[in-house]
Order: sequence, then structure tokens, then C-alpha cells
Amino acid sequence: MAAPEQRRIIFAHINEPGYSNDISCYVRHGGYEVLKKAVTRKPEELIEEVKKSGLRGRGGAGFPCGVKWGLVDRKSGKPIYLIVNADESEPGTFKDRYIMHQDPHQLIEGTMISCFANNVKQAYIYIRGEMPHGARILEKAIAEARAAGFVGQNILGTGYSCEIYVHRGAGAYICGEETGLIESLEGKRANPRIKPPYFPAVLGLYQCPTIVNNVETLCHVKYIVEHGGEAFTKLGTPNNTGTRIFCVSGHVQRPGYYEFEAGKITLGQLLNEVCGGPLPGRKFKAVIPGGSSAKILRFGETFTLKNKDGSTRTLAVEDIPMDFDTLAACGTMGGSGGVIVMDDTVNMVEALANINAFYSHESCGQCTPCREGSLWMKKITTRMVHGNARTEDAALLKSVADQIPGRTICAFGEACSWPTQSFLAKFGDEFKGYAEAKPTKPAPATPLI
Amino acid sequence: MNLKPATLQKIDEVITHYPVKRSATLPLLHLIQEDLGYVPEKAEEWIAAKLEIQPINVYEVVTFYPMFRRKPIGRRHIKVCRTLSCALMGGYKTCEQFEQEFNTHRGEVSPNGEVTVDFVECLASCGTAPVVMIDDDLHEKVDCAKAKQLSEQIKAEAKKR
Ligand SMILES: Cc1cc2nc3c(=O)[nH]c(=O)nc-3n(C[C@H](O)[C@H](O)[C@H](O)COP(=O)(O)O)c2cc1C
Ligand code: SF4
Ligand code: FES
Repeated sequence: MAAPEQRRIIFAHINEPGYSNDISCYVRHGGYEVLKKAVTRKPEELIEEVKKSGLRGRGGAGFPCGVKWGLVDRKSGKPIYLIVNADESEPGTFKDRYIMHQDPHQLIEGTMISCFANNVKQAYIYIRGEMPHGARILEKAIAEARAAGFVGQNILGTGYSCEIYVHRGAGAYICGEETGLIESLEGKRANPRIKPPYFPAVLGLYQCPTIVNNVETLCHVKYIVEHGGEAFTKLGTPNNTGTRIFCVSGHVQRPGYYEFEAGKITLGQLLNEVCGGPLPGRKFKAVIPGGSSAKILRFGETFTLKNKDGSTRTLAVEDIPMDFDTLAACGTMGGSGGVIVMDDTVNMVEALANINAFYSHESCGQCTPCREGSLWMKKITTRMVHGNARTEDAALLKSVADQIPGRTICAFGEACSWPTQSFLAKFGDEFKGYAEAKPTKPAPATPLI
Repeated sequence: MNLKPATLQKIDEVITHYPVKRSATLPLLHLIQEDLGYVPEKAEEWIAAKLEIQPINVYEVVTFYPMFRRKPIGRRHIKVCRTLSCALMGGYKTCEQFEQEFNTHRGEVSPNGEVTVDFVECLASCGTAPVVMIDDDLHEKVDCAKAKQLSEQIKAEAKKR
């Protein structure tokens, strides 16, 4: 079956010749018309549209946006904050970067609509520190929007006021975790908070109710308010509505970003047709479908899934439709949409050592299982690669990884253990024979660690 | 501490963005590092006084976030992405190339003081791997040949100074 056409909603103007990031260009393309209409409606109506749309968060967890907004404590009398999570640091993910650099007003319009819907008076865009140009572009865009009456005091003459500021991170991955982000925005180390009681919707920024949404999620809100929640559900598949941006990297002919209706394209179509298949003379070996913490899939394995009517179906990796639910049923996740592809030249122990080095560097260090576990997983895989593997290493790795999830303050604990658990489950033979094989091969052409 | 008047002005402005002064810790550290090239110990006390917090509160932040440095580095900062997608496309070789070009090792200032080469984690541009940041600018698909070319550019600019 041929791959469907891309359906570009969020990336409609990305890399379009002549499209610039200033407000005149945005307004020429119909920009801020949705905000103008939104502020004439009742905020509850807007929240209702988002609920109806079934929009699921694009930051990683896929939590329904409308439900999240519904949890916000509106009776506390405290101000409500909205934070745009623009920390984009899950390895393999590179979509928010393009939105912010090339179409910042789309994000600002989506943010302002969301603020109005939730009676937010102050929003922050938390952008990762390694995007200094992105921060400047957003600041300029906010200043333009303020001058045009879309941000700031008395927006569009309605009496509603809301300010947006850009806040830069400084190179720590854990700031992407929403409560770590909040701590960071308060000027502290990004140590995630324990939930309960610190659910952002109740006790977030400055202990006030707070909404944290991903950049892409807020852009979808703009589309939903423009076309209606009902129309959004017509895109994609049930429970996986709208479009998704897939960021494909690694060993394919045409890496890059592609926007499709959620669940309408299979992993095989995406990699073989859209991305042009493997590099010449190579074969696909493995793929991580949703950012580096998603569990890895091995080409050649199959999944038997239950249908609604109780019957079963069997899927190969290539057959998996790219939606949250099927990927979860296959034991992995859609996560942030970062698809990392590895071909038959890759040594899986090296690949895991690379990932483990990332997580051990990024653990905030609060929880012993995460801090020590991520470090040990790195130490073990690194020593294996460097010719010092021990017979017990595969078992030891599994034991360390199994003792982390469920015992930590934040989901980083799961995120750092899933790669090790899944690499061992899928490629155990490569790990088990490592000590005996004593790789005497010459230094690899492309070292991974 | 000798901060430029423009920096001081930006510092006063950015503090107004937050209902709680302490929130300005990261912005102030960025502004000072941009001005001075690093965050001297004195800056920690200075920021603490400015934001009405304790110096330890600033110290713990400086030491948590990889982008802040407590010592000066080379004139140019070359940051090579180390993470999986870039490594799969040759990021480690790219890093080695820069190290060779400037006769240096990762994490050190090159002997002529011109550059510091560092590995960093995923820069959110994995589709154009391997990627490198030189100061504020992102460079895409930096294989060894491109690393050489970028190094030569840096050397030429250094000569002109
Ligand atoms: C370790 C960790 C890292 C995360 N990094 C990011 C990130 O870089 N960007 C992001 O939008 N969400 C990230 N998240 C998810 C956020 O915690 C949060 O769920 C998300 O911002 C909510 O927005 P959404 O509902 O619109 O997806 C991360 C979560 C964890 C546990
Ligand atoms: S799980 Fe890891 S990253 Fe999360 S709070 Fe604990 S130590 Fe920090
Ligand atoms: S892995 Fe290098 S930019 Fe993401």
C-alpha cells in the first residue's frame, strides 16, 4: 500500500520559500484571526472544543489536553500560570525547533488562545538554553504581537490582559520534565517534585495552579479553535486525533520531519517510502519510535494484538500504525515523535552505551535508584565496548535496570531504564556473548561511544 | 565585577518579568556569562545580593546546569553533539577532527586560547546529524570535511585579529 500524503497543519509553512518569521508575513497568511474570534467567545466554550477534539499532548506522555485543563484548580483564588514547554531535549526530537524559528507567531497565537481559555494572566515560554536564536526570535515576535495588541494589556480592546515572557534553560535535559521545569523557572536546580501533592494543575509555579503544554500541542489548540473540536476528530484515527509530526533520524536515505494524520501511516511506509528506505547496501536492524527513552523495536519481530471483537491480528514492525495506542500495545510508545533508525552496521551494545551515557549525564541525582542505576548502566555498557566485558554483565545490566522504574520521583527513572531493558530483551544474544567474543575488531568506522 | 551598562540595564529589566525575584537567577547568569565569558565566583555573591537570596542558592544553580561555566574558555566554543542520532552519522569523528585541528582535547582550552571543544547532548537537530554549535550558531551535517572547513574559517578569523 502506498504511503498517504503528508497533511501539514502545524508545519504548513515550514521551509516554504518566502515565508518569514515576522508578524506581517504571519498576518498576510491569516494570522491572529483565530485569536480575534476566540476572545469574543466564552472561555468555557473554548475548553469544551479542546475536550471534544481529543487532542493528546505532544510532549511525550500523550495526556489529553482538555482533561489536563479540566484539572486546573480554579477555586483557589490564586493566579493561574501557563508554561510552554519548549525545552525540546528528548534525543531524536526536533520539531519544536522549526516551529519556534520559522513560525513563532503560530505558537504565540496558540498560547494566547489557551491563556484566554484558562483565564491565565501570565505565561512563560521555557526554551532550552541551546537555542539562543530561537529565544531572540520569540522575543521579537512577542514584542511585535504586543505592539499589535495581541499580547499584553487590554488585548484587542476586550479588557483581557496577558503577558508572555521567554525564559531560557541552560542545558539540562531534566528541565523538560514539567515539575523540574517549574523548579528551574523558580530559579532553582531542576529537581522534579513529588506527585502527589505537587501536581502542576494544583500546586505548580509559585505553588499556584499551572498548565504545562508542549509547543506543538499549543499549535494544535489554535487549529482546534479555528476549525472546531469535531473537525479535529475527523483527522487521524479514533483516540489518536489530529496530525503528528514525526522526526526521523539515523540510518535512512531521507531523514527529516514529516507531518501525517495520526495513525494513518505505518512505520514501514514512513521509513521505506517517505524516508527512502535504508542506506545503499544496508538493511534496517532496529528502530526507536518515540524518542530515545521509548523501547526499541527489532526488525523481524512480530506482535500479536487483540482486536475489539476479541479476535487477534499479527503485526510486523513495518505494519505498526504510528499512533499512541498501537505503539503502546507493541510494548513501546509514540512519545515525542522522534524516530531513530539503526541499520545492520550498528553494534547494539555500543548504541546502548551511547544512550546510557546520555541518561547518566542527565539524571538530576535526587533518587538513588536513578542516580546510581543510570551511572552503573553507563559504566557497564562502556566497559563492555572497551573490551572489558564480564560474563555476568548482561544479567547485571538487567538487574540494575529492573530496580529503577517505579522507585523514583519522576518518569526519568522509567525513561532511563527502558532502553537497557528493551535492548536486552530484543538483542540479548549480542549482549550475552560479549565477554566471550572479546571483540578484537579494529576501531569502528563510526564509534558510538 | 565590571558589567557593561547594557548588561546592567537588561538585568534590571528581566527581574521585572517575575513575581518572585529568585526566578531571575538563570537569566542573570546568562547575561553575566554573555558579558564576561564565564561566571566568576564574585558574580554568585552579586546575584545573590541583587535577588535577595543566599550565595549558595546561586552556586547550586551554576553547578547544576551544564551551560554555565565557572572558568574562562577559549575565544570560540565548539560544541559537538554526542548523542545517538549524531553518533550514528559520525559525530565522534567530527569531534576528533576539531580536536586535531586545534591540537586540543575535549573540555580543555586549546594551546593558543582560540577554542574550547566540548561534547554536548542532543541539540534537537537530529535530522541533520551530525550537528555542531559554534558559539550561538548551529551547523548541520558536519562531517570531517566540513569540520575541517569550519576550523579553517575560525583560524582565518583569528589571524585577522
Ligand atoms: C524526563 C522527561 C523529559 C521530558 N522532556 C520534555 C521535553 O523536552 N519537552 C516536552 O514538551 N515535554 C517533555 N516531557 C514531558 C513533560 O513532563 C510534560 O508531560 C509535557 O510538557 C506536557 O505537555 P503536553 O501535555 O502538551 O504534552 C518530559 C518528561 C520527562 C519525564
Ligand atoms: S527519577 Fe532521576 S531525574 Fe527524576 S527526580 Fe529522581 S533522580 Fe531526578
Ligand atoms: S542527537 Fe545530535 S542533535 Fe539530536
